Amino acid sequence: MFQDRYSLAFKLYPYERSADQDADSPVRHPVVVMGGGPIGVAMALDLGLQGIPVVVLDDHEGIGMGSRAICFAKRSMEIAGRYGCGEPMLDKGVVWNLGKVFHKEGKVFEFNLLPEEGHKYPAFINLQQPYFEKFLVDRVREAQAAGAPIELRGKNRVDSVTEFDDYVELQITTPDGEYKLQADWLIGADGASSPLRGMLGLDFEGRVFEDSFLIADIKMTADFPTERWFWFEPTHGSGASTLLHKQPDDTWRIDFQIGWDVDRKEEMKEENIRARLDAMLGDVDYEMVWSSIYTFQCKRMDQFRHGRVIFAGDSAHQVSPFGARGANSGMQDVDNLGWKLGMVIRGEAPERLIDTYSEERVYGADENILNSTRATDFITPKSKISHTFRNAVLSLAGEYEFARPLVNSGRLSVPCTYDGLSLNGPDDLTGGPARTRVGSACPDAPLGAGYLLSQLGNGFQILTIDADAPDEITVDGVTAKRLAITASDDATGALTERYLGDAASAVYLIRPDQHVAARWDRFDEQAVQAALQIACGKEVTA
Amino acid sequence: MSSVNTKPNFADPDGFYAKLIEAHDGLSDEESAALNARLILILSNHIGDSDVLNDAMTMARNAGQG
Repeated sequence: MFQDRYSLAFKLYPYERSADQDADSPVRHPVVVMGGGPIGVAMALDLGLQGIPVVVLDDHEGIGMGSRAICFAKRSMEIAGRYGCGEPMLDKGVVWNLGKVFHKEGKVFEFNLLPEEGHKYPAFINLQQPYFEKFLVDRVREAQAAGAPIELRGKNRVDSVTEFDDYVELQITTPDGEYKLQADWLIGADGASSPLRGMLGLDFEGRVFEDSFLIADIKMTADFPTERWFWFEPTHGSGASTLLHKQPDDTWRIDFQIGWDVDRKEEMKEENIRARLDAMLGDVDYEMVWSSIYTFQCKRMDQFRHGRVIFAGDSAHQVSPFGARGANSGMQDVDNLGWKLGMVIRGEAPERLIDTYSEERVYGADENILNSTRATDFITPKSKISHTFRNAVLSLAGEYEFARPLVNSGRLSVPCTYDGLSLNGPDDLTGGPARTRVGSACPDAPLGAGYLLSQLGNGFQILTIDADAPDEITVDGVTAKRLAITASDDATGALTERYLGDAASAVYLIRPDQHVAARWDRFDEQAVQAALQIACGKEVTA
Repeated sequence: MSSVNTKPNFADPDGFYAKLIEAHDGLSDEESAALNARLILILSNHIGDSDVLNDAMTMARNAGQG
C-alpha cells in the first residue's frame, strides 16, 4: 500500500483513474517517465511540446516540502525559457551578485560576480525547489490545454520493470490496485536513490564523503543583505563551515557542516538547531521554516542508457551540493535528451543518437563531479596537510589577491562544452571566439528588442552573421532553418564579441538544444549538410 | 628591484590546487613537511631573484601572524 515518504508543498497531480487501468492488455506508450520531480516534469515538457505522447508516473501526488536545490543557474533558466516557463522563475527568484568569505572571526574578502551584460537571465537566481517545480507543472497544464500529449499520474508507483528488446513493461501500484503499462522508452528520473536503478541491478560508483550538513531555512525580517556568506571554521562554533544564502519570501538558507558521527535525532531537535542559529545570528527574531540533515556522494552510472531505459538527473549522477550542480546538471540532461529522443521516435535519426546522450552527459557529469569534489576537498580538508594548505590560502587571500582564485567554496555551475565529442562538426571559423566553439552552449546576446536565444532552439538552425545562405536546408528529412543577422543589428556589440571575434562573417549550425554543432566563415552547402548528418548521429552521405 | 607578483597568475587555480594536495597523498605529516621543504627549494632556485624571495618570506611570515 502507499506510505508517503514526505509531505507535500503543493499537491499538483492528485490520483485519477486512467483508462489504461481498465484495458484488457497493457497499453503501450512511446515514453514513460518514472519520477515527477523537476527533471521528470521538464522531460515531459520537452517531449510533449514536440508532440510526443509522454506519461509521468510518481508515487506521490505533488511536490515535496523543503527548499532543497535553491540555486538555479542561467543555463537552467534558458532551458526553462525554451519551454516557456523561464520568466515566472526569474520574477520569483532572488538575484544576488555579492559574496563574502569569512575565516574564523574575520572577513577574508568579498567578490562580485560582475555579471556580463546582454543576457536575458542572470548568472543565478535563488529559488526554493518547490517553486521551480511548480512553474514547470504550471507550464505542463498550459501546454496540455493547448493539446500537448502529456499525462502526470500521481500515486502511480512502479514496483518492477521487465526489459524486452524494443520496449519495457512496468508493473504499477495505485490506490485502486495494480496495472501494467508498456513503454517504447522508459526514462528514470527517480532521484539519487533511484528505485529503477535498483530494480535493474545497475551500478552507481564513486566517492562517499564522510560529513553531514544541517540545513535550516528560517524566515526573518531582519535587515540582512542579499548576499552569499561563507564561513570557514566560524568561531561562533555553529559548525566546521557555514553558508548563508537568501531565498524568496524573506527566507534564508543556512547550511552547517556538522561532522560525520552525529546523532541525527538530537541534531534535528528545534532547541539544538536554534542554539546553532543563535550562535551565528546573535540577537535576532526568526521563525524556523524547514530543516534537514544530508550527507552526499559524488557518483555516477557508467552509462546513462541501458537498452530502452535512459537515466537523467540525480538517478544518473550525484554530486556534492557545492556549486549548484545537481538540479542544474539534470536540466542539461533533459535539454540534451529531449531532441534526440524526439528525432529517434519520429524516425528522423538512428537509435545511435541516444547513445550520444550518454556520451555527452557522462562527460558533463564528470566535469561536475570534478568541480564539486574539489570544492568539497577545500571546504572539508581530508588530511592534516590539506587543512594546512587550505588555511594558508585563507590567511593570504585577505591581503594578496593572488590567493583568492584558490579559495573554493563551490564553483558555480556553467553549461558544459562538449569538446571533442562525436556529434561535433568542423570548427572552421578563423578568429572565432573560444566561448562559442563547437560543442558550447550558445551564449545569449541582445537582438533587436529581445534576445538571441529566444530565436534559437527546438529545431536545427543556421545562424548567419553577414553571410549569405539559403533560407533552409534539408537532408534526409531533417531541416535546418536560417536565422540571418547582420553585425549592424548589434547595437551593444555583444553579438560580434560572442559570435564573430576577429572574423568578418560567420555561419553557425546550431542544435535544437542551442549547442553549436559546427561553424564556418561562410556558407558551403555540402559542408553544412554533412555537419547536419553528423549532428544527427548519421553517416555522412551528403 | 623586482618584487613579488601578488596578482593572480594561475592559469587553472583549481587544477593546481588539486595537484598540490595530490602530491601529498599517502604521506605522513613529517614526510609532507619534507616534501614542502623540497618544493620550496626547487621553486626558489627557479625564481632565483633574492629580492623576490626575501619579499615572499616576509609576506608569508607576516600573514601567519594574523
